[in-house]
Amino acid sequence: MRSSLARAIGLGSAREGVGPWWAERISAVALIPLTLWFAASIIAHTGSDYTTFVAWLRTPLVATLMILLVAAVFHHTALGLQVVIEDYVHSGAKFAAVIAVRLGCLALAIAGFVATLRIAFSG
Amino acid sequence: MSIHTAKRSRPLSPNVQIYRPQLTSVLSILNRITGVAVSGGAVALVIWLVTAAAGPQAYDVLQGAIASWIGQVVLFGTTFAFFLHLCGGIRHLVWDTVHGFELRSIYISGWVVVAASIVLTSAAWVISFLMKG
Repeated sequence: MRSSLARAIGLGSAREGVGPWWAERISAVALIPLTLWFAASIIAHTGSDYTTFVAWLRTPLVATLMILLVAAVFHHTALGLQVVIEDYVHSGAKFAAVIAVRLGCLALAIAGFVATLRIAFSG
Repeated sequence: MSIHTAKRSRPLSPNVQIYRPQLTSVLSILNRITGVAVSGGAVALVIWLVTAAAGPQAYDVLQGAIASWIGQVVLFGTTFAFFLHLCGGIRHLVWDTVHGFELRSIYISGWVVVAASIVLTSAAWVISFLMKG
């Protein structure tokens, strides 16, 4: 029931429009509780040895929150760094830099997932 | 002819190096700089998880690096950058709801961001120091 104009507004020439803008805000809102939980947990673990730390990370709730944190952090980082690159890099290196940031963030996020799951499911 | 026109240096509009720094402009660029800085913290988070998964030896090496004075300086800087980006980000989320755009509100929220970042960074380090015993 929407008019053609209403459907077109905000889409832009790429037809994706405000998608990345929303994604950056949604990941930002998710990161408020996740990063505060992480900061509080790290402070609470000051001086903890390896065994204590791994035992904490192995609990299902903590492993789940850690994976959510890594996912939200790198989604938000990729979006944020891409905007920074697009604002300051105007040479042909812009495309390469954006691709490098996206792939780098994806690789780091997957490494974070694998490490967390390895700890969670080990012995 | 058009080539010559393009090469002639044109007058530029006033830019950041002309204007006196203000709370508004300084916090604006700091939100971006701290965002990039916290990206380094995100990389450190993954290194930390990977070393923890690799075993106690690798984890101890990383803990040693963090405990060194340079590690502590970097961690302190990252902590402050994180809280400034967090508070600045919440300020931006409020702006996204079309609230707080009056000049007075912008300055109040700006100073709240500065104060909250200092208080949260100090609290994090004091509590962490007390936890160590």
